[in-house]
Amino acid sequence: MQALASVSDKLLFATIVVYALAMLCFAGEQAARRARAVPARVLVGAGAPLLSKDQPGVRPAAPRGGIGRLAVVLTAGGAVVHLVTLVLRGIAAGRPPWGNMYEFSVSVAFVAVAAFLYLVADGRVDRSLGAFVMVPVVLYLGLAGTVLYTPVGPLVPALDSYWLKIHVAAAVMASGAFLLSGVVALLYLTRARYDEQTAAGRTVRFPLSLGGSLPAASSLDRASYSVIAFAFPVWTFAIIAGAIWAEAAWGRYWGWDPKETWSFITWVLYAGYLHARATAGWKGRKAAWVAVAAACALIIDYYVVNIFVVGLHSYA
Amino acid sequence: MTSLQEGPVQDAAGLSTQPAEVGAPVRGSFVAPYRRAWRQLTSMRTALLLLFLLALGSVPGGFLPQRALAPQRVKEYYSAHPSLAPVLDRLSLFDVFASPWFAAVYLLLFVSLIGCIVPRTRLHAKALRTPPPKVPHTLSRLRASDRWETDLSPQDAVAAARAALPRWRRVVREVSGSAELSAEKGYLRETGNLLFHVSLVVLLVGIALGGLYGFKGTVLVTEGSGFADAIINYDDITPGRRFTQDGLAPFHFTLDDFHATYTAAGAARTFEADLTWAPGPDAPTRPYRLRVNHPLEAGGGAKVYLVGHGYAPHVVVKDPKGNVALDQSVPCLPQNPKFLSNCTIKVPDAEPDQMAFEGVFTPTTVQDPKTGQVTSVHPAAALPVLTVVGYRGDLGVDAGIPRSVFSLEGTDRLTKVDAPPQGLRPGETWKMPGGGSITYAGTDEWATFQVTQDPGKVLALYASAGMVLGLLLSLFVRRRRVWVRAVPGGADGRTVVEAGGLSRTDAESFANEFGALTERLRDRTGGPAPSPTLPEKDG
Ligand code: HEM
Repeated sequence: MQALASVSDKLLFATIVVYALAMLCFAGEQAARRARAVPARVLVGAGAPLLSKDQPGVRPAAPRGGIGRLAVVLTAGGAVVHLVTLVLRGIAAGRPPWGNMYEFSVSVAFVAVAAFLYLVADGRVDRSLGAFVMVPVVLYLGLAGTVLYTPVGPLVPALDSYWLKIHVAAAVMASGAFLLSGVVALLYLTRARYDEQTAAGRTVRFPLSLGGSLPAASSLDRASYSVIAFAFPVWTFAIIAGAIWAEAAWGRYWGWDPKETWSFITWVLYAGYLHARATAGWKGRKAAWVAVAAACALIIDYYVVNIFVVGLHSYA
Repeated sequence: MTSLQEGPVQDAAGLSTQPAEVGAPVRGSFVAPYRRAWRQLTSMRTALLLLFLLALGSVPGGFLPQRALAPQRVKEYYSAHPSLAPVLDRLSLFDVFASPWFAAVYLLLFVSLIGCIVPRTRLHAKALRTPPPKVPHTLSRLRASDRWETDLSPQDAVAAARAALPRWRRVVREVSGSAELSAEKGYLRETGNLLFHVSLVVLLVGIALGGLYGFKGTVLVTEGSGFADAIINYDDITPGRRFTQDGLAPFHFTLDDFHATYTAAGAARTFEADLTWAPGPDAPTRPYRLRVNHPLEAGGGAKVYLVGHGYAPHVVVKDPKGNVALDQSVPCLPQNPKFLSNCTIKVPDAEPDQMAFEGVFTPTTVQDPKTGQVTSVHPAAALPVLTVVGYRGDLGVDAGIPRSVFSLEGTDRLTKVDAPPQGLRPGETWKMPGGGSITYAGTDEWATFQVTQDPGKVLALYASAGMVLGLLLSLFVRRRRVWVRAVPGGADGRTVVEAGGLSRTDAESFANEFGALTERLRDRTGGPAPSPTLPEKDG
């Protein structure tokens, strides 16, 4: 069993390396695209005030060519290694691989990558997002494998429950998707601001200039919405399953434990996001900021609370 | 006119069933200002603001220690931040979720919510009874549209189109020689949305019921002892505001045996309490093995949970006269994960002076050879030692001041017996200087049980299920409309068929659906294969 665990640890490293390569390929494709987009921006800079947002000149050329496709293939291959990492870890521990912060983080990163690949395959987002998605994924896995690393071990009795498995599985799914949506929302904000600046005839500097190689703002907005629309019911279910478990383990289904409180804040913020998209004056950028704030609440829920705040959940 | 009958060429938002915001102001009326305030409160913008306030208001509850959860840590916070803490306390920041301002936010939110649900339900009920709206004048201006010709008559073409949309809500209208079909689908979206919001209200009712009529109590029971459900038998209770004694369930149980297992490293593996219990005084008793995550359903809505455990060394104390003054298992309170535990033994029946002992219990004992200090290296009772110092004098138990059984604090009329701490292994006796003795006879364990009753729990569970179902419907069902118009006047007297569609959300996947749909319609009406440029894509 210990041997399996150490294979799993090595595979995590391999996953990170493959993702990093994919990231470089995505970035290479980006760079090539930006080089192509430059003339268009010169045109904008020369003062064409009535440019529409989707002005074809500003838009990156349609993605084609090998390096971008290679990046996607590498990402998919990395995801397979990633999955094997998790499965071996689970077999070594004799339980699903989300029993501590290290395992949870590795699982969440897997969901984020899988969701991204799904969106690309489904044609809902452009693969050019890859560079921006893989950077946080690589950092996140790197942190998980170093700072949060925990050797395999059994669960404390309170954690050994059927509902807990369901609860955490749902939380992992929703968190992975939420984090992805947070990244996409940030990219949307970048692109929207870039559009605004170029439309006003101003020259945009790095990092805002990255916006030029991003897909259209409206498609980023839709992508981030559809990921949240998927994740929100899952998160709702995760909270409910957690409450059912808490009822069985601690005799109350809700107790405003810090972890519960932050899950609630996250939930309310995402509900706010869904409302904002239906409220005049809140669509677009304001709603995207809400999505970013909600993703921050999620990060606080998992990392800040686990590490710095004492509560019933603090052994998790 | 409801939003369902808005003008023909409309933005996708026209398919919303959201109630129209603020109509014409009612002027010169006494109720006008109230009505305006009500509309304001039930507007989407206010709902959004209140949601943000709810999230923001919960933040201090997620960072600061909360009294209901960790009173000790609130005290620690007070000593760490003596000037800040009282200010925070005045703002109820240590009791966020019981504070008046938090209640104000969620009550306003729920008033707004109800004010939102009622008109939306009315509108939706009406929408369900209203046929889909008439075909817009220029279908080609819709984002998804198509056009072809057929040999069928306009009436037959529309009838065929109608048959090709079996699960849609359809209405056929005939206008001087031409025929029109309006079809609509996805009413479950708004139904789901309403179900979700109504479930939120039901959930709040469930929570409130639990808060008002619920009960929570904890009790420590040593092996061999029992418990019967009565207020006085609890160590600690938190009753709901409307809870009364008669609400208690009549169960009782005896703790026959408690056992815990640990890993070699001392991490807990299992906890089990073997009970003999009965749901009422006259009911036959039965065994139950109580474990973490497996509470005992004790009847009457009461559930018994295992929440803690520790050791209770069995001691026999003789007074200087030679009488057995105490023969009992004394619960000791664990101080660390290895179960080094503090013990306080009071012997009020000793004569001529009362006696007391303080000490530590160490389940797997290691003694520092230099200092003599004992520690425990594992939580299992592999090498148990009870280390005590003795006292004589007056325990002050008659003074009418309630005293903790777990400490000698406040009993200043005791004199320490002049002897070093005595380490006793099971079966060993310490004969005290000046008479009297204490024997560590054996090791029992104790467990703490929490008993809860929550009459709102089931309702809250149903409401939660309603929320998830409602969400799934409202986020994944798409409301969409399709129109077909067939008019004479094509080439060679053929019929021209025009189709158009509209979806409120997700224009992209609707474009695909519409493409598949028109392909089917062309098939049924004998039109040519679809032209590759249609349907037009959004964005
Ligand atoms: C208790 C607080 C509330 C929560 C947690 C909540 C949550 C939600 C969620 C998650 C959605 C998304 C479902 C969807 O997009 O179809 C939603 C939609 C909606 N909510 Fe609420 N809501 C609350 C209160 C309110 C209130 C007070 C109103 C009325 C002012 C309201 C009106 C709406 C409307 C009209 C929609 C549909 C938006 C659309 O057309 O897409 N909600 N709500």
